Amino acid sequence: MPKKNRDAPYDPDPSDPLERPLFVSPVTAGFPSPAEHAIEGKLDLNKHLIQHPAATFFVRVTGESMIDAGIHPGDIAIVDRSLEPVDRKVVIAVLDGELTIKRLRIKDGEWTLLPENKHFEPVRITDEMAFEIWGVVTSVIHLL
Amino acid sequence: MARVFALVDCNNFYVSCERVFNPKLVGKPVVVLSNNDGCVVSRSNEAKEAGIRMGVPAFEVRELFESRGVYVYSSNYALYGDMSRRVMDTLSDFTPDVEIYSIDEAFLDLSGFKRINLSEYGRRIQTAVKQRTGIPVSIGMAQTKTLAKLAAHLAKKSRKADGVLDLTASSHQDRALAHTEVEDIWGIGKNYAEMLRKKGVENARQLRDADDSLVRKTMGVSGLRTVHELRGISCYAAETAPAPQKGITVSRSFKTAVETLGDLDEAISTYVSQAAEKLRTEHVAAGVLVLFLRTNRFQESGNYANSHTVDLPVPTSDTSELIRYARAGLREIYREGFRYKKAGVMMQDLVPENRIQSDLFDRVDRSRSEKLMQTLDGLNAAMGSGTLKYASAGVTPNPIWRSVAESRSPSYTTRWDQLPEVS
Repeated sequence: MPKKNRDAPYDPDPSDPLERPLFVSPVTAGFPSPAEHAIEGKLDLNKHLIQHPAATFFVRVTGESMIDAGIHPGDIAIVDRSLEPVDRKVVIAVLDGELTIKRLRIKDGEWTLLPENKHFEPVRITDEMAFEIWGVVTSVIHLL
Repeated sequence: MARVFALVDCNNFYVSCERVFNPKLVGKPVVVLSNNDGCVVSRSNEAKEAGIRMGVPAFEVRELFESRGVYVYSSNYALYGDMSRRVMDTLSDFTPDVEIYSIDEAFLDLSGFKRINLSEYGRRIQTAVKQRTGIPVSIGMAQTKTLAKLAAHLAKKSRKADGVLDLTASSHQDRALAHTEVEDIWGIGKNYAEMLRKKGVENARQLRDADDSLVRKTMGVSGLRTVHELRGISCYAAETAPAPQKGITVSRSFKTAVETLGDLDEAISTYVSQAAEKLRTEHVAAGVLVLFLRTNRFQESGNYANSHTVDLPVPTSDTSELIRYARAGLREIYREGFRYKKAGVMMQDLVPENRIQSDLFDRVDRSRSEKLMQTLDGLNAAMGSGTLKYASAGVTPNPIWRSVAESRSPSYTTRWDQLPEVS
């Protein structure tokens, strides 16, 4: 007896036969592969490119300020926030509220953001500026 | 062994997520609105200072938003979920015992760490989370979860603590408890707080020292547990394994009332699609499907609420099969002339998908449906959720029941075509 507001959608319809397969041959287990013991892992791009997944972000490059470093507009930069920003690293920095990609130079306690394109000017960081490092760029994906 | 719990609590979590990718928002009044752009669910400190209360309906404060130049965002759960995962992953570097309590809070069990300087460890955790994810957190540490939560609350407010407070020393606890209002104690809601205040219990220290039998009589066993926790007796174990899902529910309230069967069909089909996707993600299938709808709870007349339950012959996570049953069930309970305010579907009796006993008379081609679901999920994962969907879920956006999200930020960390830009 179906309960109120509840049904099991069973509705036997004897006029419409349903064919079911019948298995007459026994089922055997699979055979071992000659390469079994020599199988190595697959090459995993994620593991290769990303050391710290929780701290890794992807950003899209716009503009040509780093073109001489081989970083083109449209490229994806892989950014690791857990890495220490040191001299000569390419970094993502926050400058006046904007995210920018530049090479970091630290010399005698002075920090400078260097573009790699002769049409752009370096920016020397002073105490009055709203500046912070967002992360270190570890690699760049460029589609040909 | 003395237990030590740390409660890590993200500061203004949704707003903080937005600030990571839009640094212009730092220092500004910012709010995030709930589903349907209904209420304020997250505020920056500047927005709090502007007088915007938590949970206030957005339409009530529109003028305040404009006059104070408040930045208003629709909730971006794809982003917040991903950022939460990153915070929790970072915490697990500091202890294997991380209990995720909510999207922005976690308990850490530090009991096994002998001889560490808790304040210093807490500071390291706070710094690591801020550096690796950009999210600022407050951390409270004590012998019980309730005290740890209390400590985190104080850590957040106190400039001296700067977000990290070790309350394990009982000499500090006295003052801390005296400075905490009853409303702010974990486990004491508005009603209990009102009742306690009438009895002269206004802060956590007074509650800690209250008489046990009185507490038990007015607040039951759970109230007694809270009081014991305030005294430093741990009553809540560390729960690091999440309880297995008992059911998956997808439901929404409609911004404007829905009246036609066609619109409800679309809504229900969409909810079923979302729930089924979740079933497949969790690798379970549902044995029971429940669908429900109701009119506005607060209207004086024209009220109607009903539900329909379907026992599925074979547990399934196949979207088209579930949509078929749901739409058939909808026709059983839909009544014309009512203005529906909420509808939803619940998937219950969940079983692992590799343990499904199929039915000899099953007509559904399950291996074909499995392949179809894999293709559907794969495409939606690669190109954005909702790229491919069933026609019954609606082809064009339907303003009648779809959630409104006027100003949602991009899915910065979950869509290739919405990455943050750097120049």
